Amino acid sequence: MQNDAVLTMRGISKTFPGTRALDRVDFTLRRGEIHALMGENGAGKSTLIKVLTGVYEKDGGSIWVDGTEGEAHIHSPQDAQQIGISTVYQEITLCPNLTVAENMFIGRSEGAVVRWKDYEKKATAILKNLGIPARARQELSSCSLAVQQMVAIARAVDMNCKVLILDEPTSSLDDKEVEMLFSLMRDLKSRGVGIIFVTHFLEQVYEVSDRITVLRNGQLVGEFAVEDLPQVELVAKMMGKNLNDLEDMQLAGQKHEAGEEVIYQAEGLSSSDSRPFDFQIRKGEVNGFTGLLGSGRSESVRAIFGADRVTGGKVRVRGKETRITKPHDAMKAGIGYLPEDRKKDGIIADLSVRENIILAMQVMKGFFHPMSRAQMEAFADEYINALSIKTASRETPVGSLSGGNQQKVILARWLLTHPDYLILDEPTRGIDVGTKLEIQKLVLRLAAEENMSITFISSEIEEMLRTCSRLIVMRDRNIVGELTGDQLTQAQVMKTIAGGEQGV
Amino acid sequence: MTGAKPKTKSKTIKSGGLGQLLIPLTALAILVLFNLIRDPAFFSIEMATNNSGNSVLSGNLISIIDSASALAIISMGMTLVTAACGGQDISVGAVGAIAGSFFVKVIKAGDTITAGSVILGMLACILATIAFMLFNGTLVAYFRIQPMIATLILFSCGRSIAYWINGSATPQLNSPIIQAMGMTIPGIPIPTPIFAVALVGLILWLVFRFTNLRLYTQSVGINQGAARLNGINPPAVKLLSFALLGVCVAVAAVIGVSRLGQLNHKTLLVDIEMDAILAVAIGGNNLGGGKFRLVGSVLGAYIIQMLTTTLYAMNVAPVNVKAYKAIVIIIIVVAGSPVIKSRLTAMVNRFRAGRVAAAGKGAE
Amino acid sequence: MKRREPLSNTQLLMTIAIGIFVAMYGAAMAFLGGGFLRFQQVFDLLNDNAYLIIISCALTIVMIGGGINISVGGVISLTVMACALYLNGTGIENSFLSITVTLLLALGIGLAFGIGQGFLVSYLEIQPFIVTLAGMFLSRGLTTILSVNPVKVTHEGFQALVKTKIQIPFLGYVAQNGNQIPAKLEIGAVVAIAVVVLSYLLLRFVKLGRNIYALGGNQQSALMLGINVRRTRFMSYVLSGLLSGLAGFVFLMHKPAGNSSVAMRSEMDAIAASIIGGTLLTGGVGNVIGAFFGAMILATIQKIIALSPLNESWWQEMASGVLLGFFIILQSVVLSSREKRRARKSAAGGVRKE
Repeated sequence: MQNDAVLTMRGISKTFPGTRALDRVDFTLRRGEIHALMGENGAGKSTLIKVLTGVYEKDGGSIWVDGTEGEAHIHSPQDAQQIGISTVYQEITLCPNLTVAENMFIGRSEGAVVRWKDYEKKATAILKNLGIPARARQELSSCSLAVQQMVAIARAVDMNCKVLILDEPTSSLDDKEVEMLFSLMRDLKSRGVGIIFVTHFLEQVYEVSDRITVLRNGQLVGEFAVEDLPQVELVAKMMGKNLNDLEDMQLAGQKHEAGEEVIYQAEGLSSSDSRPFDFQIRKGEVNGFTGLLGSGRSESVRAIFGADRVTGGKVRVRGKETRITKPHDAMKAGIGYLPEDRKKDGIIADLSVRENIILAMQVMKGFFHPMSRAQMEAFADEYINALSIKTASRETPVGSLSGGNQQKVILARWLLTHPDYLILDEPTRGIDVGTKLEIQKLVLRLAAEENMSITFISSEIEEMLRTCSRLIVMRDRNIVGELTGDQLTQAQVMKTIAGGEQGV
Repeated sequence: MTGAKPKTKSKTIKSGGLGQLLIPLTALAILVLFNLIRDPAFFSIEMATNNSGNSVLSGNLISIIDSASALAIISMGMTLVTAACGGQDISVGAVGAIAGSFFVKVIKAGDTITAGSVILGMLACILATIAFMLFNGTLVAYFRIQPMIATLILFSCGRSIAYWINGSATPQLNSPIIQAMGMTIPGIPIPTPIFAVALVGLILWLVFRFTNLRLYTQSVGINQGAARLNGINPPAVKLLSFALLGVCVAVAAVIGVSRLGQLNHKTLLVDIEMDAILAVAIGGNNLGGGKFRLVGSVLGAYIIQMLTTTLYAMNVAPVNVKAYKAIVIIIIVVAGSPVIKSRLTAMVNRFRAGRVAAAGKGAE
Repeated sequence: MKRREPLSNTQLLMTIAIGIFVAMYGAAMAFLGGGFLRFQQVFDLLNDNAYLIIISCALTIVMIGGGINISVGGVISLTVMACALYLNGTGIENSFLSITVTLLLALGIGLAFGIGQGFLVSYLEIQPFIVTLAGMFLSRGLTTILSVNPVKVTHEGFQALVKTKIQIPFLGYVAQNGNQIPAKLEIGAVVAIAVVVLSYLLLRFVKLGRNIYALGGNQQSALMLGINVRRTRFMSYVLSGLLSGLAGFVFLMHKPAGNSSVAMRSEMDAIAASIIGGTLLTGGVGNVIGAFFGAMILATIQKIIALSPLNESWWQEMASGVLLGFFIILQSVVLSSREKRRARKSAAGGVRKE
């Protein structure tokens, strides 16, 4: 045990039926450092964190925490909190029906009585100190998602924790909010808090972290200082591949020229959640919607698919006027849509991989025309192989697959319907680097070989630049620019997003 | 944010698989075994002559299967509603009383009871019941009210509506046709309600076979939002489940009315909602919706009835049956509880691991 | 510069319930007059429905925690029967002592059911509807096992207690013969009001109460916030059991006789009262003050029908059904329009730059 360590984990093992999630993993967190915990999906990051926070019981190994005599025994989230381990999760783990102040203090105050005045006074001070735009007496559900996240961090900060775990804290925040969070993290670091930072955004790791621990397949790959581990090498370590493989993968996809025929065209299309906009896409074209979180990019493609209530506008599919007011209309017109929120809108968790794959096609065939079992199995097997979906069998509930594989199942579902126009909203969010590249390649191949029109949305501009031949830029729920050809550079995109004149 | 509440489902419960039937089948086997030990003649079946001079099969087994008919039919409908809506309809008893009233009202409209008037009565009964169930369904599907709350309305005033329709406390139906429907058809030794269960079961099986009802219902029950984005119309699926429950309730009500040859709006199918929900749960179905097996619920219905008949056979007074029933129910649900299941699974795994280790040692 | 926060869902639904109660009672005063013009009418509603108010609180507590308890009516019938039998058979001369033992018996029965059901629901994770349905069967069954026939309480001390009423002269009225008749409130009604107040304080100012809200709001979050979810849920059932036992005792003080059909289906009335008062079955939203007014609304509509030309039990059932339907649909519309407005606001807020 080093002297400056606040947290030492040695030989941590955890087995689930069928999988070894953690295999004798070591992890050390020092006082006043930001330590990134990296790995692909299924590498064991979340399991390690859940063991540390008492959500799971470890099968083997020991944990020492500074300030606690001997081994730390963590059997529940309360135990973790008591010895100074606080966690902020990607999904908001606060209660929407309580006030902001209460969410900051519930479950950790002394005595049996609630001192409201006290809570509110303290909460107001903390919110002000951290610059969080929320009121203490406000009901949490009336705050935006980003603010809710910050309230969760405020809670953790106020608990004088020694170890702060941030599990994908930035995925629902926009750039400004991320910057705010980072300055908060640096502030905490200077006060001696050890921070474990889990994220999929590589740039963010390099922006704030001091040290990186990489896990792969439930095993420790190693612990590195940031300056000793260039980004490419980190990726290689996470994937267990060497650099040359990676470069090959990146070069594999080539953009191709789109055809002339306009597949889909919208004029003044608007929905309950989006403002009127014009849009068109040609056969075999890959385009993208970009903009900050909340700029309306997702809402616009949802309007195209009829996912929200359509309120106006004219739509032509292959030149023919078509009414699309609900997803079923869009599907009949040959449009497929992979939604942004995989868990909420995408998978049907308890149903099998097979049922999830054939779902959209089955619905298109109609209520009275069920496919035969053999047919379903053939389709399922075909796409499990084609997209190399990692699943125990085609009858495994899709909810038990890793995020990346779930995403592939949904992709398979839409590919099976052979759409003319496929909308992919954040298909690569929260999935590992390898699968990301696979999906990008697939997009380019579908456009080139099958002449499919594809709209690709991603938070990572670099990824969009690699795949799209045309970018539609949105700001404040309006289209503010369209970039093609030479304009497709990171700087130009940034400038357009930020508003041309002011620059970045 | 208020709507986004993660369903807390234990991972050890796997509704929909064959394993789901383990607990109900075991319970049934234990009940059968218990009765065989207690009284080997319990399950004996013999030919007897009933009041109207027909020779019929009689015996506890026949009586159990016969008496459970209405419950079994309603349990099937309840399973569908549970799966699609993630909640239960507690108005089935009261709506059943309404159904019976429509049936009797139409039949009584003519001077004599003929096959024609009975068929007309059944049609009217089914249509009216579907209409009332669609009221429930609309509240659930379009107003997004929890099924139990939405159906509390008809639960509290359904029997009054039934009374209001007929305007008489207990209208009598004396007719051989009604008797044949409620008891036995002359020449056929098996009680008619058993055929009704088989018929409803067959119809539902055909519906599952030739439509996507199962896939749609399960998708909507598990993840409504995702189902919608795949072109399914969740409110329509929910309405359909209520309509099918309506058909089930109508058939059960007709059985109930014809069995007694009279309509009592206060006692027709009384408290059957509780037993039906119980049957769904005992059958291993998740009351939170999603995957389901109709067979489980039907088994559950027969378990409940066999339990009651067993208790009667043991000379437990009818009013006291509830207490003993409660104890057995608790034992069954405890055995099927996620916590106990995962403990058992862990034990079995340890046992297996132990055996593998022992075998490994033996090989060295 | 404290700014007022907008009403929470709980407060909004409760305000609607109170508003409608006042409107309904006002209409009854205007159109039916008679008894409704006297203060005694309010007291009568409280006297007759004290047990309902108590179990409405019990249901509200459980429902806020995201559960349900349909055994409360059965527990009342069991408690009433057990207490009646005990009082008639007791050899204790001292009536204070025997009544105290009776009260403890009532609370003990309630507590036993609360603990048993709470354990099954919280620690064995069995569906609460099924557990409490079994509890309902068990309690109703035990009632008839104790006695199939009605048991009238003959204990003198208890009868004295039943007759004890709190008289409040200045709220009374002058009868036709000129006598001043004071308003009378039964002990049970006072107990019921005390239960409402205490439950309110518990839910608002005691950590257990807040934990119940958190549990109902989002169970996963509650766990992550360091709340002992199992114990909190367990306690909500223990509380509801305890209150059902108390409701049984209060029932016996109002009608001192045990009977297998006592408080039949009152669990559904209690659920209806909670819902009318703004509690959502989904959990996290609700308030006992609302439940109190919910119970009063149900009681008032019954009274109005009883005093109107439609005085028949099936009209009363019909009226409560229609009223319930009205409230349920109203709440659904109010809440969904609210959610829409909020969604629109937060969508706009997400884009705003500072």
